[in-house]
Amino acid sequence: MEIPYTVQNRPDTGIYNAKLGIWLFLASEVMLFGGLFSAYILLRVGAEPGMWPHGWLNVTLGTVNTLLLALSAITTLLAWAACKVRDFTKFKIFHACTILLALTFLGIKSYEYHDKLIHYEIALANGKFADGHLVEKSADFDLAKKTGTVTLHGHIVEDRKELMDLRSPEAQAAKHDEITIAATDIKKMENYGPKHNTFTAIYFTLTGLHALHILGGTVVIFYFWAFGGAMWKTDPERFTNRIEVSGLFWHFVDLVWIFLFPVLYLT
Amino acid sequence: MSESEKPVSLQSYIRLCAVVFLVVVCTTSAMIATSFSHIGEGWTLKVALILAIAVVNAFLVAGYLMHLLSEKKLIYTVLAFTVFFFIGLMGLTLWATNGFPPGTASH
Repeated sequence: MEIPYTVQNRPDTGIYNAKLGIWLFLASEVMLFGGLFSAYILLRVGAEPGMWPHGWLNVTLGTVNTLLLALSAITTLLAWAACKVRDFTKFKIFHACTILLALTFLGIKSYEYHDKLIHYEIALANGKFADGHLVEKSADFDLAKKTGTVTLHGHIVEDRKELMDLRSPEAQAAKHDEITIAATDIKKMENYGPKHNTFTAIYFTLTGLHALHILGGTVVIFYFWAFGGAMWKTDPERFTNRIEVSGLFWHFVDLVWIFLFPVLYLT
Repeated sequence: MSESEKPVSLQSYIRLCAVVFLVVVCTTSAMIATSFSHIGEGWTLKVALILAIAVVNAFLVAGYLMHLLSEKKLIYTVLAFTVFFFIGLMGLTLWATNGFPPGTASH
């Protein structure tokens, strides 16, 4: 059975079916991410004064990822344009670039996640806080049994609020060294994972969902790149429409990042 | 005829993409500069400025890369509904930010 309106526009809508389908899907995606941005606003304005983090994320890596996604959006558009002018070789080149850029984006995002997961805040028994990246745990380290030691590369502060604004002059001036802490001196030890506070929770949720979209889009683009040759030979116009639809999804993913980057990294 | 149905020249698209990328680099730099500047007290003005620049960035991607500047009426209709509901969602969010019921403590 032949599926209608995969190439020709429907007379009533004026567009082919897949295009209407992707725009309806993107409309639902706007509301999905909109709900999470709404949660972000509520968490941020509801935070106690001075307790919303600033400067916790690496702006350089965020900027690189912004430019990578912008470039990938451009190569996606050029891949579609190459299909329109019936140049399959250029399509393959442009979409290979898209896939490589997307994988680099995911690699950088994974590095950022890893950096947060090895970053610890330790509430000490004397009321102070140690904060830094994990260097090592001794072989006998067990927080429940209070045995062993843990070594961080970081610093110790008097008040937890001092850890919130890493752009402040005090935080910039803080000297970071290797600190070894005995388990007996630790009241609570927690990494900067999703459960650390509301900022890390919404950060991991928003960027995690976005990364899943990147991964899904990459799989689809890879499929067209690797196995699209057969359809290209038999029905190039339909293949071009598929590339347009996947491209619209990819541009949407770029659009979401355009707001995620300033909201999470710059404000 | 929407943009995606017009005859395509790869060279003209490469030129368009180069301009868009250049503007994206400039707007991203402007957002970072605003973020690290000492404009106003606190974050309110900076957040507003940064988001305004982000909107310019988003307009470029949606308008030129997604061809939204020259699309069919039906797609604009779908997006008009989306914008309506999105504004409703954000409006309710902002309306609720200080609306804690009596007897409950925010912090």
